[in-house]
Amino acid sequence: MEGKNDIRTGFYICHCGTNIAAMVDVDEVARFASELPGVTVSRDYKYMCSDPGQELIRKDIREHNLNRIVVASCSPLLHERTFRNATEKAGLNPYLFEMVNIREHNAWVHTDRRSATDKAKDQIQAAIQRVRHHKPLEKKRVSINSDALVVGGGIAGIHAALTLANAGKHVYLVEREPSIGGHMAKFDKTFPTLDCAACILTPKMTSVKTHPNITLWSYSDVMKVDGYVGNYKVTVRRRPRYVNEDLCVGCLECIESCVYKEGKYPHEFNLGLSKRKPIYIPFPQAVPQVPVIDPETCIEFKSGKCKKTCLEACGDREAIDFTQEEEIKEIDAGTIIISTGFQTFDPTRISYYGYGKYPNVYTALEVERLINSSGPTGGEVTLRDGSVPQTIGIIHCVGSRDQNTNRWCSRVCCMYSLKLAHLLKEHTGAEIYNFYIDMRAPGKSMEEFYNRVAEEGVHLIRGKVADIYPESPDRKDGKLILQAEDTLIGRVMKTPVDMVILAVGLEPQADAQDVRRTFNITCSTEGFFLERHPKLAPVNTFTDGIFLAGCCQGPKDIPDTVAQAGAAAAEALALIDAGQIELEPNTAYIEEEACSGCKSCIPLCPYTAILFNEEKAKAEITEALCKGCGVCVAACPSGSIKQNLFEDEEIFSQIEGILASV
Amino acid sequence: MDKDASRKKTIAAEWEPRIVAFFCNWCTYTAADLAGVSRMKYAPNVRIIRVMCSGRIDPQFVLDAYSKGADGVLIGGCHPGDCHYVEGNYKALRRIRLLKRMLADMGIDEGRLRLEWISASEGEKIKTTINDMVETVRVLGPLGIPSRFREWDKEMEIMESRIALEEVTSNV
Repeated sequence: MEGKNDIRTGFYICHCGTNIAAMVDVDEVARFASELPGVTVSRDYKYMCSDPGQELIRKDIREHNLNRIVVASCSPLLHERTFRNATEKAGLNPYLFEMVNIREHNAWVHTDRRSATDKAKDQIQAAIQRVRHHKPLEKKRVSINSDALVVGGGIAGIHAALTLANAGKHVYLVEREPSIGGHMAKFDKTFPTLDCAACILTPKMTSVKTHPNITLWSYSDVMKVDGYVGNYKVTVRRRPRYVNEDLCVGCLECIESCVYKEGKYPHEFNLGLSKRKPIYIPFPQAVPQVPVIDPETCIEFKSGKCKKTCLEACGDREAIDFTQEEEIKEIDAGTIIISTGFQTFDPTRISYYGYGKYPNVYTALEVERLINSSGPTGGEVTLRDGSVPQTIGIIHCVGSRDQNTNRWCSRVCCMYSLKLAHLLKEHTGAEIYNFYIDMRAPGKSMEEFYNRVAEEGVHLIRGKVADIYPESPDRKDGKLILQAEDTLIGRVMKTPVDMVILAVGLEPQADAQDVRRTFNITCSTEGFFLERHPKLAPVNTFTDGIFLAGCCQGPKDIPDTVAQAGAAAAEALALIDAGQIELEPNTAYIEEEACSGCKSCIPLCPYTAILFNEEKAKAEITEALCKGCGVCVAACPSGSIKQNLFEDEEIFSQIEGILASV
Repeated sequence: MDKDASRKKTIAAEWEPRIVAFFCNWCTYTAADLAGVSRMKYAPNVRIIRVMCSGRIDPQFVLDAYSKGADGVLIGGCHPGDCHYVEGNYKALRRIRLLKRMLADMGIDEGRLRLEWISASEGEKIKTTINDMVETVRVLGPLGIPSRFREWDKEMEIMESRIALEEVTSNV
């Protein structure tokens, strides 16, 4: 009979349909594994992650009394948990399991079946040797603080915050701008239903403000995030708006009475299409309904010699406070939803479209403001000289699907261009020419909307505008000629128009990289935040407890943004209501007898998890603070610090296994 | 051409560089996953070992890999400032720099040890780095430490037996 300490390993190789089996000879690998020392069972199966696949493992553990499991399939980042659970269900400690990545790191990246199979054998031998050294580990659990933080108050952040708050959780909503609402607040109507953006957004904005479970901090930034899932410590900076939010009643008399009778400075919310005073409110339905004083332009701040008529108008409400200073707030949050949105492509990067050079070249977002009845022109679409355009050209894919700028499709531009075509026709009766590369109208009611706009007599020309130039060379503000090849009839067209609209694409916010660092999440190649899995974990990040919603994860329209925000809130709720989460038990520990008390490890720990016990003259690790990076383990000269799941012997045996065939 | 030289040539033609890679869980391992998901194609000579942080990589791992037959070692971590554990990658950088100096003294070419910062979004960099390193190591040729060990062992054995013989004869 075999002794108690015998290693009885079960090895399983997954075909993953043909994903793996087409490049790696799974039969050969399974045979190879069956001859390795300590392997009791070696099997291959079509889909290991499926129920029958997992059942195979469970059955074998029971029948063959297995005490180690190795699965060769996809990336552990995808299915490690799945197989650990299967292992645990059969009564074996889940950490007596090891996974081999032969799909992402092998079958998918190689072209020669022989060498891919040889590589798989090396990988598998490494895992089978490694798993011998695995020890049963205790699961580490931490509790989840039920407060949540939502960063970014566009439609995504608003919807996520309301969902959480309605479920009875307290939410901090932090917004950088003076008002929540984001890009959606700038739009007039939304495709494909043409319902007005404000009508559907502003009630939600108001609910945010009045909801007892939401603490709204506008004009604020997240400075620092410490801690870990369930127990984040967040530092928020509240910038001074010089108007006390608690005392202000939102009468806006201060703005009215400012010494500037007219606006003088470019209005940010209207993208510079109108002027504002030094004291202003971004837009009439802003939430919170509290003005902001811009110290850069306010006379009182610049010279200290203003008559301060705003202060007078405010009177005994005493809301205006020139001495207000920034406040630093520290909050605890168990979960974080990031919904920091996007920025539109800067069209000056494509010089031949003449944005900034010809006054009648606009971006689509500027036109959204012009059409909007609460916008700078009260909804009248006029050129810079005040006249109404008779012909309008809309250029799709500006800064999208372009090797020279951004390669991705921004997803919303075709539809918003069609919407603008419809609205502009309604507002001005102009002839409208849409120049597109491909018309992309996926999703519910989108194709129908496209057909509707086409039937309304908008000219749809399949061709990319190659040049824009003035009709008469000396008049930059006159008619502009759009030159494009209509690729459906194979003819170059020169279309004179009064107004050009650039359908600018969506791109990551300029400071997305800083946000990524602050929250310790990752970005995809384009710079949008990276979801844990594109299909199966689309709102999770690689950092537990931090979720994504809206365009910060990639371009999407309002319905998809709201759906994703709801999903992010649901994921957060799932964590909060579970009350606790299991953490990887990959923390470091010290074998006290071996510790020489040299203190080399102490300054290395970024979390100050290692302390020196003067009495014993030994280092000690506070497990709760250790995040399991292993920096101290690699540094310990006496080898007395070990890391669970990454023990030296485990890694050495892995190296040995990898190189066994050399 | 004599027989021995042609045999050596076939061995050289059959030899393929063997590279052990240590990738951090958060950036480089994920980037290698991305390269897979993107179906990029690269040389099959690298075997990846996952660690949580490049700061976990003990220089002994590198030496151990050489001694067990690796021709090169590739280390991948997050870009400076991006480490999931704040600054583990800086520690890896310092250790690897120091190790490189030692390797030079041991006669191991510095092309056999490479440290690269590869973020989770840089699947393409996985491909180019691996291909490039495989080519570098291919030019350097086999490191062959295990066979050198065997030769040294043999030399030692011969020496020992000679000494033993001398002792026996001197006693006579």
